[in-house]
Amino acid sequence: MELTAVEKEAKLWSGGQRPLNASYGKLMMWFFIVSDALTFSGFLVSYGFSRFKNIDSWPIADEVFTHFPFLHGVDAPMYYVALMTFILIFSSVTMVLAVDAGHHMNKAKVTFYMLLTIIGGAVFVGSQAWEWKNFIKGEYGALETKGGQILQFVNAETGKRVAIGDFAVSIPTERSAHKSSNGVWYQSEGSLPSYSLAEVVEGFESNDNLVIRSEKLDQSGRKIVLSRDDSLDKIENAVAVVEGANLIHNEYGNRLFADFFFFITGFHGFHVFSGVVINLIIFFNVIIGTYEKRGHYEMVEKVGLYWHFVDLVWVFVFTFFYLV
Amino acid sequence: MAEVTHKLAIFRGLLKFKSNVQKIWGVLIFLSIVTTVEVVLGILKPDILMNYFLSMKLLNWIFIILTLVKAYYIAWDFMHIRDERGSLKGAIVLPLIILIPYLIFILVLEADYIFDVMTNGFVSWNF
Repeated sequence: MELTAVEKEAKLWSGGQRPLNASYGKLMMWFFIVSDALTFSGFLVSYGFSRFKNIDSWPIADEVFTHFPFLHGVDAPMYYVALMTFILIFSSVTMVLAVDAGHHMNKAKVTFYMLLTIIGGAVFVGSQAWEWKNFIKGEYGALETKGGQILQFVNAETGKRVAIGDFAVSIPTERSAHKSSNGVWYQSEGSLPSYSLAEVVEGFESNDNLVIRSEKLDQSGRKIVLSRDDSLDKIENAVAVVEGANLIHNEYGNRLFADFFFFITGFHGFHVFSGVVINLIIFFNVIIGTYEKRGHYEMVEKVGLYWHFVDLVWVFVFTFFYLV
Repeated sequence: MAEVTHKLAIFRGLLKFKSNVQKIWGVLIFLSIVTTVEVVLGILKPDILMNYFLSMKLLNWIFIILTLVKAYYIAWDFMHIRDERGSLKGAIVLPLIILIPYLIFILVLEADYIFDVMTNGFVSWNF
């Protein structure tokens, strides 16, 4: 017995129909996306927690991410991440165009748009790797105090940042390398910063136009620069030279900033990478005609949902790491 | 497979597109404009927007609202939530809009409290 449309609507949840009007696979993809969205929001909110906890000393993103490929020494805050955002949004568009072409069973178009999507994703992952490289390498270098504060150096007259390599003096010292014959065999020799603490301190004391820029922010959100006398006091507290950023030290300011940067953009980059791999699998399936035989391109739609989700997450990461 | 029907109007019916492909490009243009506005504001940082509202800069409020707008159009038009049944829409969106603000509320409030303890407490953290 065939039900009429009105009866169908009334008995939508009584069984025998598909009340959500979505296939099993699509529903499972949505389940995954909702739970993954909660995971990412957990990460981003914990970033917000650390940030509000250190609201008066958080690093300024504009000063951290200033590089653009092939423009050496040009101060270009955010332009590159903005470009990355456009690349990812554009690859989202080619993905949705592939889904649309799939609805029309147009194999050639699906193939073409899937290829563009994969290229966009690969360019994005590459850009992120380049961002990481710059972040890890660092730019000016800084000193770290016992309490974990970062002391950066600026020129008192121009207010411009000064790299520690520009003023550190060279103090020749003897240093014997750690060998496995005279220590624990699995402890290898660690890497040393280019300048020792004594060299930086000595160089700072002999340069009268250098002052220290502290981590603290003033009312208008700029970093507080100490006077020369305060700087000379402060530098006594320094215990280490920091160049670049890793999970333990961070020359840009609070270490949590580096930790969250590596963790959240890394987790997102891993999602993009897996998205590219899954897209590639679907792409080859499209080429060999799997979905043509199956009679529908719903697999493209499902992987499309995942891909858009990755784009969606980036929109939030972009806002909270680079803009806010 | 049955021909899929798409709802082709965005901005509450203000803008209607002739085909789904056209709508996709329309949404791309809209998202690009929003991103461009964000980047320009982030570079210029106008002084008027540096005032505080609910202990956050107005500029940051604008960024967050624009981000939510972008998220809405990505989910609704690229992920086709607009074309789904109401029950599926609710199943996807409701858990997120209930749980995430709750999490934000708890953790940000706690962070603000810890900040107060660290600034006004008797232990010095600044050495």
